[in-house]
Amino acid sequence: MADIAAKVLVVGGGPGGYVCAIRAGQLGLDVVLVEQGGPNGGLGGTCLNVGCIPSKALIHVADAYHNAVKQSASTPFGLKVEHPAIDLLRAVEWKDAIVGRLTGGVGALLKRHRVKIVHGRAEMVDGKTCRVETDTGPQVVRAEHVVLATGSEAAPLAALPFGGKVISSTEALSLQTVPERLVVVGAGYIGLELGTAYAKLGAKVTVIEAEDRILPAYDAELARPVAKHLRALGVEVLTRARAAGLSDDKGALLIDQEGTTRRSIAADRVLVATGRRARLTGFGLERLDLTTNGAFVQVDERCATSMRNVWAVGDLAGEPMLAHRAMAQGVVVAEVIAGHRRVFDGAAIPAVCFTDPEIVTVGLSPEDARRAGRAVHVASFPFQANGRALTLGAEDGFVRVTARADNHLVLGIAAVGAGVSELAAAFSLALEMGARLEDIGGTIHAHPTLGEAFHEASLRALGEALHV
Amino acid sequence: MGIRIVKLPDVGEGVAEAELVEWHVEVGQSVLEDQLLAAVMTDKATVEIPSPVAGTVIALGGEVGGVLAVGAELVRLEVAGEGDQEVAAAPREAAAPSTPPAAAPAPSPTPVKPPAAKATEAPPAEPRPVARGFLGPPRPAGEKPIASPAVRRRARDSGVDLRQVRGSGPAGRITHDDLDAFLRGGPQPSGLRARVANTGVETVKVIGLRRRIAQAMADSKRRVAHFSYVEEIDVTALEDLRATLNAAGRPDRPRLTLMPFLMHALVRAVADFPEMNALYDDEAETIERHGGVHIGIATQTDSGLMVPVVRHCETRSLWDCAAEIRRLAEAARDGRATRAELTGSTITITSLGALGGIVTTPVINRPEVAIIGVNKEVVRPVWQDGRFVPRTMMNLSSSFDHRVIDGYVAARFVQRIKALLETPATLFIEE
Repeated sequence: MADIAAKVLVVGGGPGGYVCAIRAGQLGLDVVLVEQGGPNGGLGGTCLNVGCIPSKALIHVADAYHNAVKQSASTPFGLKVEHPAIDLLRAVEWKDAIVGRLTGGVGALLKRHRVKIVHGRAEMVDGKTCRVETDTGPQVVRAEHVVLATGSEAAPLAALPFGGKVISSTEALSLQTVPERLVVVGAGYIGLELGTAYAKLGAKVTVIEAEDRILPAYDAELARPVAKHLRALGVEVLTRARAAGLSDDKGALLIDQEGTTRRSIAADRVLVATGRRARLTGFGLERLDLTTNGAFVQVDERCATSMRNVWAVGDLAGEPMLAHRAMAQGVVVAEVIAGHRRVFDGAAIPAVCFTDPEIVTVGLSPEDARRAGRAVHVASFPFQANGRALTLGAEDGFVRVTARADNHLVLGIAAVGAGVSELAAAFSLALEMGARLEDIGGTIHAHPTLGEAFHEASLRALGEALHV
Repeated sequence: MGIRIVKLPDVGEGVAEAELVEWHVEVGQSVLEDQLLAAVMTDKATVEIPSPVAGTVIALGGEVGGVLAVGAELVRLEVAGEGDQEVAAAPREAAAPSTPPAAAPAPSPTPVKPPAAKATEAPPAEPRPVARGFLGPPRPAGEKPIASPAVRRRARDSGVDLRQVRGSGPAGRITHDDLDAFLRGGPQPSGLRARVANTGVETVKVIGLRRRIAQAMADSKRRVAHFSYVEEIDVTALEDLRATLNAAGRPDRPRLTLMPFLMHALVRAVADFPEMNALYDDEAETIERHGGVHIGIATQTDSGLMVPVVRHCETRSLWDCAAEIRRLAEAARDGRATRAELTGSTITITSLGALGGIVTTPVINRPEVAIIGVNKEVVRPVWQDGRFVPRTMMNLSSSFDHRVIDGYVAARFVQRIKALLETPATLFIEE
């Protein structure tokens, strides 16, 4: 096949890669995107295919089923549902249809911006040349700029290699039936999102976590309502516990818990969700000899690697491994290549956890701020005092605002509660614009909405709360 | 309304393409007839392209630094009336006297809006005035400036480090107005004078004359087997002669520098060493020895090094040489030098004047084979006849193309120049 020459080569069609390619196309650059494929052609990467989107679809199904089951017993408002049942195969089909629509949409957007897509496994030959193994033979792509966006993959545990009963989040999103007994290793957001969903679908779920509490990446205050809901769902949480492997008959997971002897937990499936690792091998990246930063490719504020005109965005360029961060980096790199002066300099990257209830954080936690030597005002407003939350039957949770004591500049915002993920936009905007408590207090918030809790928390930090 | 396409005109004899060095217009701007559209560069001469008609710019044919073929689309204009005719703009030769701008556009039913003052946005490559960098930071070291994403983007686009900008908003937030004030260069209270690490990196595209220079220098160094030869010359007698001639101070004659004397010495020396006044075509493997001595004078200009050529030095008097150097140097510095004045040298002199240093390693102006570099004059004690005497000494650092000039010949050539300059009367003796 004749070699392809382009201005920009993007390796990887996930949120970082495809957004970079679209933006570069908008800027009139000549772009080739290489995607190694997968069930839906692979466009959209982990996020669309085996991450954000399918997991949220599954969570929605689980919520709907769970509510129906609860309502078959009794509801505080008198609804009665008879004999709810769930057809997981049908639910997975529905989820796949959503994924298909979105990946198809990404393909159409790329085409509209004249991005050439080459399907196949990329192998970097040098910093400007890539060999792609396509279905129809090898294809060489040469480009002035290379954007690496190879993403990340689920990291296995040495004691529990993937295969058989031991599954990663990818397989967990396409199970044909609800496992009777599911053990989740890792109580981070991926493990809890999926564990909660399967508990709601009827599985007996046990979560084991090496740290002393769930969601160790979030502060304890935010994790508390989630722990309460897990208990209510009947999910057993074993903390300070480590997976030691499967039992000899493969029917149970062996765990070592601090202060006790080794024990086994019967399991039909073991979901290992202890983390993800950047995908640095299998693409010839080692040939580029890029400077690394731990397990990631080191990049500067423009996402430039140690090699001239080689850029890296998304999960392989470091934490936090979030789709929206990758997208923002993709835009920065496309604009830098087009000759604009850009850096990745967002004031805050929001993080959302779709557990029950949901958690959203932006900026610093009160502890972070104090550790940085700041005197802070911290105030939270409980959803128990929010009209909208009560009408949703979701009174657990709160919005918490952290601000500088001297000038009231907001440093961090967090919330836990039903549906709070949608508040992320307001929180991020406030931080990005450099809002003070008075700015949020002076903004009229619609009533009755969950967002009023944000308003009230800010007023409370100023000592002016109206509803507590 | 119609569309007129302005094509890149033939800007010089035999030139097939030209590099775009500057746009004077942008998309959406209204232009008047004769208003400058762009500057393009051929060899080393910059040529300005005026608009043949009035209209509104709807597309530009390339980016600064790009190369356009003669006849390629330069600018697309939307014009009143019919416009399908494609026209080539007449180049405004750099040397041509600039015509005063038309007092007013011809009256028309829809008067063309006069061009807005050149875009306020600074071009990305333009460095900020240095003075601002010395202002103390307006907030404690290590504290991030607070500004909305739009302000941050604007600051970056105009090369401003927001740590240097004072914020007037709540909690010291930097507003668009604060940034505007900073860009206008308004005084910033000095405040804390902590020193801030400057982590800025500025990428400057190598275009225009600088690109030509870079290519020519690299080409010369890559292809020519340079060797340099340094000799010191006692210019005491020459300086006495020069002082005497200048003291006469005839108003019709320019002041003499060392340069015309050196040019005279070169004319004399190449008569004995014709291989030095030659061009080497290394592909054809031929050497063109020239009868006429056309001396290139390396000249520093604002945009970079240029080499105007004093033609037929063998016919010129000292004062002719001096006057021609001056005329050409001025033309080069003002960007008025024509292609003809910047090409055709057969040997080159380079001088850094008072900055001349002790020794230099001049790069040959390919395809020439020799270049003479002038170092600075210094009065030094010299041992002569059993005692030290003060003498005005000067080094000549000369480079030769070793592929075709042997070291022995080069040394004799420089010795000949030395002899002529040390006994300047011999410069004027007819043989």
